Amino acid sequence: MFLVEMRNIWKNFGHVTALRGVDFVVGTNEVVGLIGDNGAGKSTLIKILTGVFPPTKGEMYIKGEKIDWRHYSVREAHKMGIETVFQEQALALKQPLWRNIFISRQPTNFLGFIKVKQAKTQTEKLLRSFIGFTGVGIDPETTVRTLSGGERQGVAIARALYFQADLVVMDEPTTALSLQESAKVLEFISKIKEYGKSCVYISHNIADVYSVSDRFVILDRGKVVAEFKREEISRSQLIERLLAYRERGRLGKSDSGNEVKK
Amino acid sequence: MTTRLIMKHKNLVLLLIITIFIFGVFMGTSPQTFLAPDIYQAFLETVPFTGILALGLTLVLVAGEIDLSFPSLMAFASFGFASVVLATKSVLLGLITGLVTGIAVGAFNGFVTTRIGVPSIITTLGMQFLIRGASNLLAAGRARSLQCLLENPLCNVFTGRLGGILPVQAIWFFSLAFVLGLLLFRHKFGDQVLFVGDNPRAATMVGIDVRRVKTYVFMLMGAIAALVGILDCFRLRTWWPTMGDGILMTVMATVFIGGTSMFGGEGSIAGTVIGAFLVGSLEAGIVAAGLSGFWTRFVDGALILIAVIVHTILRMRGE
Repeated sequence: MFLVEMRNIWKNFGHVTALRGVDFVVGTNEVVGLIGDNGAGKSTLIKILTGVFPPTKGEMYIKGEKIDWRHYSVREAHKMGIETVFQEQALALKQPLWRNIFISRQPTNFLGFIKVKQAKTQTEKLLRSFIGFTGVGIDPETTVRTLSGGERQGVAIARALYFQADLVVMDEPTTALSLQESAKVLEFISKIKEYGKSCVYISHNIADVYSVSDRFVILDRGKVVAEFKREEISRSQLIERLLAYRERGRLGKSDSGNEVKK
Repeated sequence: MTTRLIMKHKNLVLLLIITIFIFGVFMGTSPQTFLAPDIYQAFLETVPFTGILALGLTLVLVAGEIDLSFPSLMAFASFGFASVVLATKSVLLGLITGLVTGIAVGAFNGFVTTRIGVPSIITTLGMQFLIRGASNLLAAGRARSLQCLLENPLCNVFTGRLGGILPVQAIWFFSLAFVLGLLLFRHKFGDQVLFVGDNPRAATMVGIDVRRVKTYVFMLMGAIAALVGILDCFRLRTWWPTMGDGILMTVMATVFIGGTSMFGGEGSIAGTVIGAFLVGSLEAGIVAAGLSGFWTRFVDGALILIAVIVHTILRMRGE
């Protein structure tokens, strides 16, 4: 059984069709690299998976359970163990770490008041055990804007794993980061695997995707055009294939007459 | 630990120092006024009106929005209160009418802002004219005498002095500050307000209904405006069609002096409380010092500029 199984997913935005019948699965304890050019539909697919919006058409099963789109939301996705670390980081920069870690899931009493002490101690524990922030002046009261980009991603991933996510979805987590910071994030991803969880990793950076993924799925203009297991393909072959699709995509576009300027 | 606490609340500490300094100056310039208890009692009677409104506005700003309609809403909602009290002789019904009116106007502000997408500064600007006009039309521009409120047992809850010393409005002010402080910084709703004001996209992604949270904040502001209007009716035992006129800028000044940011996601309830007393005492202090009333505006302006510049610099340092 797959952890997540998406079947024949279509998505229209007005007259634009972003996804055209995508099949996408994620296994248990598997890191899947989702690759594709800008506008290939990666983010759209992931937003459907994580409950940001429903597809126009298609089915999804999480742990074998069929999803009813009318009741599926980010909150529902959380409940089913799907967590996201988005491209636009879902962190509030002026807020302290403990608020960011526990946002919308604070431990509260029956009146809805937050058990601040509990939230802070748990944040402290999390910072030490998972992110390895120790003795560098980072504590639960630290505001997120004082952290580096890599550290912020660490917080977002820690938040996901802390809440027992079975699947962590990462959308371009390294785009804005230096090499060293990116390396940190990749380390976090290998931790996800160690913890026995799954991950969908989306990136433009093939080298990054290759180094952490068990399987690659290539999207092009709203369709899955290829899929490889890591052992089937070398890094340079993967890059070659991707460039080939990109090239074909470009030709396809000029054929359709949409870009016949010159 | 103490130094950390001071660093964390450095804006507040600074504000306290400024306030103490200014009161010190006033004590020096007019000791007969500022060293006597009477003036402080007077402050406790007048400051809560702007103060309570400023508490509401603090939450609105933290949520990343603004409300310009509350001065008119004070008059509009309390016109509902006054009319119902005069018609039915029931203060309770009047209270319910006033509060429901305030909440309804707040909900409408929230709806137009969050669902239709008109920026709140424009929505509430329009609303401010609309309901001021509406209350003038409904009241035919005339005041309403509410002497009957004196006979009501609820009167002591809304006006007068507790034990002959402490004005009841001040108790309302401090309790509301406490409750709203808890709501904002200790309740899950406040947590959502902070997040929504800080980064609405992030808030959406973690499953917060941004539009609903903002609408609730507008409704809360509406209820607060109604409450202040009603308190004012009790104090003066009259409803005036111009109630709330000219209070907007004072309330905004209070909130900004208190250290709440225009950009959302951060704010200070304690700062607003101190700011209210600072702003509320300036006029009395300046006049008591023998300066002409014209100085009030000038000093107000200088104070606001100094406060926001200092707050902004401290905030940048914090990054």
